[in-house]
Amino acid sequence: MDNNRKVVPLEFEQPLSLLSQQIDALERQLADNPHVELEADIVQLHEQYIQLKRSLYANLRPIDHLAIARHGQRPYTRDYFERWDPDWIEIHGDRHGADDQAMVGGLLCMGDINVVAVGTQKGRNLRDKQQCNFGMPQPEGYRKALRLFAHADKFGLPLVCLIDTPGAYPGMNAEEHNQAQAIAMNLRELARLSVPVLAVITGEGGSGGALAIGVSNRILMLEHSVYSVISPEGCASILWRSADKVATACQSMKMTARELLASGIIEEVVEEPLGGAHCDYDLAARKIKEAIVKHLNLLMKLSAAELKQQRFSKYRKIGCFTELPVC
Amino acid sequence: MDLKEWFANRRKGREAAEVKQPLTTEEYCALWTQCFQCRELLYTSDLRANLQVCPKCQYHFRIGARQRIDQLADQDSWSELAGNLASDDPLGFFDTDSYPNRLAEAAHKSGLSEAVLTGTCLVKQEKIALAVMDFSYFGGSMGSVVGEKVTRLAEHAASERLPLVVVASSGGARMQEGILSLMQMAKTSAALAALHDEGLLYISVLTEPTFGGVTASFAMLGDFIIAEPGARIGFAGRRVIEQTIHQKLPNEFQTAEHLLKQGHVDMVVERAKLKDTVYRLVVFHPAPHKGARRPDSSKRLPVLG
Ligand SMILES: [Zn+2]
Repeated sequence: MDNNRKVVPLEFEQPLSLLSQQIDALERQLADNPHVELEADIVQLHEQYIQLKRSLYANLRPIDHLAIARHGQRPYTRDYFERWDPDWIEIHGDRHGADDQAMVGGLLCMGDINVVAVGTQKGRNLRDKQQCNFGMPQPEGYRKALRLFAHADKFGLPLVCLIDTPGAYPGMNAEEHNQAQAIAMNLRELARLSVPVLAVITGEGGSGGALAIGVSNRILMLEHSVYSVISPEGCASILWRSADKVATACQSMKMTARELLASGIIEEVVEEPLGGAHCDYDLAARKIKEAIVKHLNLLMKLSAAELKQQRFSKYRKIGCFTELPVC
Repeated sequence: MDLKEWFANRRKGREAAEVKQPLTTEEYCALWTQCFQCRELLYTSDLRANLQVCPKCQYHFRIGARQRIDQLADQDSWSELAGNLASDDPLGFFDTDSYPNRLAEAAHKSGLSEAVLTGTCLVKQEKIALAVMDFSYFGGSMGSVVGEKVTRLAEHAASERLPLVVVASSGGARMQEGILSLMQMAKTSAALAALHDEGLLYISVLTEPTFGGVTASFAMLGDFIIAEPGARIGFAGRRVIEQTIHQKLPNEFQTAEHLLKQGHVDMVVERAKLKDTVYRLVVFHPAPHKGARRPDSSKRLPVLG
C-alpha cells in the first residue's frame, strides 16, 4: 500500500475530522478566490490541526490504543518484511499438510544481520482476510512457526517474531488438530532455543496465540499496540457479563505498551508516526527496524548458553505473590 | 424388665421416631448424591468409597485436590511444598467485586489457599513430585501463584531427580491478574523444558475440565498425557466455538474418549486404575543420574506433531 492513500479516521479523531473538513472548505474557497487573509487563516488552521492531533494522541485512553492497533489500514507483517528486505525469501508450509496464511515466515537480511522471521498476518481486503483467517492462525500455523524456530536454532540465526493477532482461533478444526498442544510446544521450544529471540508486538497481542510466537529474550511493542491475556470483549463478557464494558476491561487489564513497559513485562516501546503506524508505513518500518537491529546487536554478544539463561530468567521472575511466613 | 415395661418402652420409642423431623434439604443432599449422568440416587458415603465414581454408569465426579492426593499417595506420605504462597492484587482489579474479595470467597468455598496443591509423596513406595489442581478454587484458574507453584515443583523434581505428575483441572488463565497470568504459561513451559532436558519423566493427567491457558501450556507437555473418562479437555470452550462457527458441536467433542481417538492423549484411565498406571509408568522410566542423560538431547528439537 502506498503512503498517499486516504487515512480512515477513528471515532476518537472526530474533532480532527471536523477541523480537516473546515480546512478543505477554506482551501476550495481560496482556490476560487485568492485572498491573503484567507491564506493566513488556513496556515493557522493547519497548525491548530497538528496541535490538536498531538494533544489527542498524548491523551489516548486504552480503548483508543486498541482502536489504532486494530485499524484496518495498520501495516501488517508482510508490509514490514517487504520494507526491511525487498528480496526476502518466503518459506511456506508446516511439512505436515498445510501452509497457514495467518502465519508468515521467511529469511530476511536486516541491516547486515541475517535472521529468520515469522509473523502473524491479517488480510487487507475481504478475500485476504478470509485466507488469513483475520490473523488467527490454526494449529498448522503454530507448527509452521515451530519448524522455523528449529531452522533458526540449527543455523545459529537470530529469530524475529512479529505479533499482530486477535488470538488463537476458537474453531472446530483448530481443536481437532490440537491447538493447545501446538501452542504449548512452541512455548517450550522457544524457551530452549540457543539463538537470540526478539518479539515485536505490532498490533494486537491476543492471548495464547500471541505468546505462541512471543517467548523471547526481549519484547518490543509499538506505541499503540496492546497485549493481553484475553480480548477486552471476552473479558467484558465473562467478568462483567456486558458488551458495554469493553472500555473498562481495556483499562482494567493494563494492556497498553506503556503500562506493560512500566510493569517490566516488555523491554521497549517503539514510537509510531503521529497518528499511528498506518499514517506512514515507511517511517514505522524504519523505526522498528532500528530498534530490532539495536537489540539484536546486543543479544548477539551473548553465548548460546547465556541467551537461553537470560530468556529463562526473564520468565522465571514474572509473577506477583506474597510468601507468607510458615508457622 | 417385665413384658409390660418392654411394651411401654417400645411405644415410647416409636412415638419418638414418629415425631422425628424430616431431613432438611441440606441433610438430604449430604446423605444422597444424584449421578449427573444416569440420575441414579447414590449414597454419598458409598460414592466416596468408590473414589467418586458412579458404580452404575462409571461417571467420574469432579474431585478436590485433597481427595485426589488421598487417592494417589501412599498413606501419610504427602508432604506439601510452597503452601505459603498467596496471591497479590497486582492490577487492583475490580469487576463486579474486588479481586481480593473473590480470592477470599474462593478460599472459603474450597477450603484451599490456591488452585493447586504441590508437594511430594510416595506412590506404592516410589517417590514422585505431585501437583493437583482444584477446580473449586476460582475455577482452577492459573495466576501467579499457580504458575509459581508448578514451576517450583518442576525445579524440585529436577534437583531431586523425581518424576513429576501434574493433575490438571482448570478453566484457564486468571484474568484478574492480566498479562501476569498469561506469562505463567511461558514460565511453567520453560521450567518443563529444563526438566525435559534433564531426561526426567513428566506425566500429565487431565481431569474434568481442563481448558485454556493450562491446556495450552504444562498440561499438554507431558511425556505421557492421561485423561480421566468423560473429562472435557480443550483450548477454547465449547460455547465460544459454537458462537464463532454458528453451529452445534457433536456431544463427544472435546471429551477424553474423543481426544483419544484423535491422538491427543495417550490413554484414558479410570480413576480406580490411575494410581497403578502412574506407578507402572514411573518404574518403567527410572531417573537418569544428573548429567547421565543421552548426549545432545538438549540440542534436539522434537519431531513435530
Ligand atoms: Zn451414574
